[in-house]
Amino acid sequence: MSTGMQRFGENIRAVPKHLREGVVRTGKPTTDRSRSSFVFGNLFLHLHSVRAHLWTFRWSTTLGLGIMALSAFLVTLGTGILLMFYYKPYPEVAYWSIKDIHFVVPTGKFIRNIHRWAAQLMVLVVLVHMARVFYTASYRTPREFNWVVGMGLLVVTLGLSFTGYLLPWDQLAYWAITIGANIAQSPREVTDALGITSWFDPGGLQKFILLGSEEIGEEALIRFYLLHVMILPLALAVLLGVHFWRIRKDGGLARPADADRRLGDPDASVYPVFTDAPEKTYHLAAVVRGTSPAVGRAPERTVPAMPHLLYAEAGVFMLTLLLCVALALVSDAPLKEHANPAVPENPAKAPWYFLGLQELVSYSAFMGGMGIPTIVVLGLTLIPFLDREREGTGEWFGGPGGLALVGRSMLVGLGAVLAMEFVAIRFGWIREWWTTAPQILITFVNPGTILATIYALYSVWCVRRYDSTRAGALGLFTCFLCGFVVLTIVGVHFRGPNWGFYWSPADWPGH
Amino acid sequence: MTTTPMTTGAPRSRLEPPPMPRRDFLGLAAMWSAISALAFAAAGALRLPRAAVVPVASRKFRVTLPDALAPGDAFVPPGRAVAIFRDATGVFAVSTVCTHLGCIVKKEAAGFACPCHGSKFALDGSVTKGPAPKALAWLSVTKLAAGSYLVDEAKTVAPGTKVTV
Repeated sequence: MSTGMQRFGENIRAVPKHLREGVVRTGKPTTDRSRSSFVFGNLFLHLHSVRAHLWTFRWSTTLGLGIMALSAFLVTLGTGILLMFYYKPYPEVAYWSIKDIHFVVPTGKFIRNIHRWAAQLMVLVVLVHMARVFYTASYRTPREFNWVVGMGLLVVTLGLSFTGYLLPWDQLAYWAITIGANIAQSPREVTDALGITSWFDPGGLQKFILLGSEEIGEEALIRFYLLHVMILPLALAVLLGVHFWRIRKDGGLARPADADRRLGDPDASVYPVFTDAPEKTYHLAAVVRGTSPAVGRAPERTVPAMPHLLYAEAGVFMLTLLLCVALALVSDAPLKEHANPAVPENPAKAPWYFLGLQELVSYSAFMGGMGIPTIVVLGLTLIPFLDREREGTGEWFGGPGGLALVGRSMLVGLGAVLAMEFVAIRFGWIREWWTTAPQILITFVNPGTILATIYALYSVWCVRRYDSTRAGALGLFTCFLCGFVVLTIVGVHFRGPNWGFYWSPADWPGH
Repeated sequence: MTTTPMTTGAPRSRLEPPPMPRRDFLGLAAMWSAISALAFAAAGALRLPRAAVVPVASRKFRVTLPDALAPGDAFVPPGRAVAIFRDATGVFAVSTVCTHLGCIVKKEAAGFACPCHGSKFALDGSVTKGPAPKALAWLSVTKLAAGSYLVDEAKTVAPGTKVTV
């Protein structure tokens, strides 16, 4: 018969064991069953399904892009919190606090470099991830909504980058705020032309809300800071949660209907969990209406998410981290001269991922900065609702036409954008031919809008030619990618002082 | 509170629910009251980011033109986005804020050029090239004394308005 004191002593000795058991109820994850319970009973891991299909693990299925984007976000999150120790969001000191981070703070330059490279990588990887999901036709039922969430994530990611490079209050930051705020005001291009700005001025309101003042100053900086460190990261985190949860609820990653057969026969050691396809949804005691995506499917070739999926994800995370650190070691994040409201840089270029937009904006502020981006985002968002075919789901370039159609669309997409650029660069545009042309004409008829129209018409033609909505989607998306890439390259490499065309930066006039 | 069972009409099956009882109606009314109260409160809170009073520094400044300023040459006071001209008919000031997206245009031989998106303007501010939707604004100029003028960047005047020298 032990005394209270003896039991107290035993309890003290057993604290680590009981603590461990209290946290992980299922014991060590050593068997498939306990591993499944481990994932199931863990708040963070249970965003995974307990078992993942073997198709998920093929390199060509995802290229690891989704996890890479998440990893880049986590890296920016960690380094961003560190940078907040020293950054001061006030015009007079913001620039000097970045200088401090760069030259005085221990590891400050290194952390800022990593933050910058992870952010760049995130933008790039999010774009490529979108292309992967599109080309493998992974947006199809029941994954339409997750594609929509993904578009939201793309927009928030670009917003985070934009608000991020405004904070150092250098020349890039100041003129990017100027241009960004005036793009927000650009609906005036239309309301002015209609003569209704005095009583209906959404552009002016947008600019005012963004800047918090009539001029660019402390109010504007604190607003962009708030967006960058609080509003947009929160929005991103919520959307990410939904995005991952939906992957699980939509039945894992998209795969061909005959994925199991293509993977070949399972090992003799694999024990069939089910022998017949379930006919209804067995969760929450079957009170939930409708069927889950697993209903009607035969037992599939799955493996426990722990350890297989976790190891793969950890590998991608480490690779991403390595990439960011390596880039941070070889290349420093830029910091230009202190903001000078009297003299913009010449040329004043945005970061690479916005230079395609800058090219469009150089035709019309409203259509290039708001109209076409809105149309593109809406068009991309609608893809899974306009293409509801089943053929080719989960396969690269799946669907009618396949790779050949992608190649043809690439020719059309590149041809159209290069032709429009050639005309605009060689011959100019309406304003040079007819200086008193009404602005509303140029707003709606400019190289950007004509290009968007050509792409839209081509994709409609694809629907007719191949008698398939997927063909139209393939045409549209491929054209969009070609346009984005070409406009970005033109903006990065071929534009010089006064946004003039130069074959090489070496040809820029000295200034 | 208990609900009184509906007694009118034929006995109903589970699949044919009775018309909405008073209790459900009150519940729905309460829910929509709460939703509209929250929506109203949120709309009120959204008013916050738009300040009622915005301090803006005066944008008037005094300038003395150099005697050597030739017609067609611009005098740009340091730190100001204004180009001031003097010709035989008078003195006038043209804003150098691009009407496209707000960059500061640079005076060139034939007019102005914008470094950001390539707009070009004639000396009188009218657009000759590029995406700018409007001509550069002409700004209010007042003569103070011989060679000395007051320019107000916040006040635009009709193009062609000049002050006699």
